[in-house]
Amino acid sequence: MSRVPKFKFRLYVAGNTENSLQALSNLTALCEKHLANRYELELVDVFRDPGRALTDRIFMTPTLVKLTPAPIQQIVGTLAQTSALMQAFGLGNLAI
Amino acid sequence: MTVAGLSAKSITGIAGFDEITGGGLPQGRTTLLVGGPGSGKTIFSVQFLAHGATACNEPGIFVAFEEAPKRIVANLRSFGWGLDELQRKKLYFMDAQPMPDLIQSGNFDLGGLLAALEAKAKEMGARRIVFDAMDVLLALLPDEATRKREMHRLHQWLLDHELTALITAKAGEGEAGSPAEQPFGFMQFMVDCSVILNHRMNISVSQRNLRVLKYRGCSFNEDESPFVIGKNGFDVALAHSRADSKVSFERVSSGVKRLDTMLGGGYYRGASVLITGFPGTAKTTLSGTFAEAACRRGERTMFVSFDSDGSEVIRNLTSVGIQLARFVKSGILRMVSARTITGSAETLLVRIKSLVKEHDARCLVIDPVSALSKAGNELTAHAVAERLIDWSKSTGITLVCTSLLDEVSGPSTNASPLQVSTMADTWIHLNYLVQAGERNRGMSIIKSRGTSHSNQVRELILSDDGVTLADIYTADGEVLMGTLRWQKESAERFANEVAEVAGKLKRVSLDAEEAVLEVRAKSLKTELIAKQVEKALLVRTTASRKRELSGGRSRIRELRGADVAKAVRKRSGHESSS
Repeated sequence: MSRVPKFKFRLYVAGNTENSLQALSNLTALCEKHLANRYELELVDVFRDPGRALTDRIFMTPTLVKLTPAPIQQIVGTLAQTSALMQAFGLGNLAI
Repeated sequence: MTVAGLSAKSITGIAGFDEITGGGLPQGRTTLLVGGPGSGKTIFSVQFLAHGATACNEPGIFVAFEEAPKRIVANLRSFGWGLDELQRKKLYFMDAQPMPDLIQSGNFDLGGLLAALEAKAKEMGARRIVFDAMDVLLALLPDEATRKREMHRLHQWLLDHELTALITAKAGEGEAGSPAEQPFGFMQFMVDCSVILNHRMNISVSQRNLRVLKYRGCSFNEDESPFVIGKNGFDVALAHSRADSKVSFERVSSGVKRLDTMLGGGYYRGASVLITGFPGTAKTTLSGTFAEAACRRGERTMFVSFDSDGSEVIRNLTSVGIQLARFVKSGILRMVSARTITGSAETLLVRIKSLVKEHDARCLVIDPVSALSKAGNELTAHAVAERLIDWSKSTGITLVCTSLLDEVSGPSTNASPLQVSTMADTWIHLNYLVQAGERNRGMSIIKSRGTSHSNQVRELILSDDGVTLADIYTADGEVLMGTLRWQKESAERFANEVAEVAGKLKRVSLDAEEAVLEVRAKSLKTELIAKQVEKALLVRTTASRKRELSGGRSRIRELRGADVAKAVRKRSGHESSS
């Protein structure tokens, strides 16, 4: 098992909408399974903080931004397809 | 939440479009603007926002899905809408381009966009909003159901916030197909107003058209209207200008004295004058005299020449005594070479209009107007010429246009290719008369509305001193011009001289005769008196002789001593009669 760098995520959600809730639970599940103790997650609710959506140019919700490791990536959607997500994170070898 | 009535409209500030729709886009509602690439969607929508922000105190937000706002602003800066200034407060460009390496995983919605917009709209009190290139956003959404759902969500949000919205979307190649087949077809049914922009090539000349497809609760002009993207943005051409033109009874000189007389005083102010003729019949010259006369009156004038450069026109007109250079110098006359203006007839019209406005011209010459119908413009040229005349009338500009006739058609088969002749108020026709090895110019007034005009053909003579009209002669049913006319004229002059001399001679001889007669009458009178005297003398002598005789007799009788009383009575009778 190779050394895996620490992951920093930011998830933009739109209140308690279905898509957002799904994304949050999908992401948490994935992280707990493959990146336990090696990730940080910041949650931004664009309904509560619309200025943030504007400055960060987040127009679709939910949006996940992977801040580290480089490169920065944006993933929109409920994060339902776990394998695609793992590929995007460069964790393809860990995919089940 | 109240729903804005459809009668309320947001003025777009786009020339012609507000007229077509009777006041602009539906206020507080959503309008869909569909067009192919390069059809002018972005320009239309930014102009709508800029006008709202500047003229209506309605701040606006521009959501750019496809192009970076910086580039949009840079591209549109030349239109002079003051975008940089507006961006400080009243205009906001939101960069909503999706990241090119965006990864999709599962469903998503536009919650973020709406939240961001909500915040921004509130902050700046936005009343207008544009979503440019909605198709880019729609392409990201996984399926038709999601697209519909998200668009309905957006639409509802717009209605709730009573924003006047304009959504642009690209149309594919199959633009003619039914709207429902388009990826945004359902949007056509959702929105309250829909506008289509077209950009076609017609024999390599670009033609732009705008059509209002629907406008709920409002009547609108359903026809396709040509438009151009001019110096100040969109300019949609209207088939007919609505402004009723003021009718003027004022006359303006044609620059040729006798022509003015033939027209009963000149052209009417604000009239459209058409001068037709074959090449070289002095059409330009006749329009030049008009321009010169206008400048002399101190009226700002514009001379649009399609055939040659302004300086060439001036030089050529100088040769016939029309001096325009000084008016150009003083700035009262503007020469425009339309050869440098490329594009469709529509573009030319818009360009001419804006130049005239810029120059504040009262008199306009277009030489020749038939140039409007050069290749690729045949279909639109007529409508353009019609609008040119409409426009010049509504603005009170006196318009003189020349029109070339090709040798084949000629005036008999009726008129200029654009059929301007039917629209023009005054139609002057110039032609050649080839006779006795000469080509001479003849001028006639074919029509002149509202003025009595001469029915005579006149010869147009160009000389160093200017343009004059001469009477022509008809001899044995033939019209004489040029040298023949001169010969006829000089022959007539000679005949006149001879007649005059003869008359003088006759008079002298009559005088002499009269004198002789008078003398004779005098001598006769003298003779008469002499005769009368002679006669009186005769009478007297006769009477005295009688008396002597009778006296002698009575004396004899006395002497004889008989008949005394009788002799006395007789004597008294003689005395009374003498």
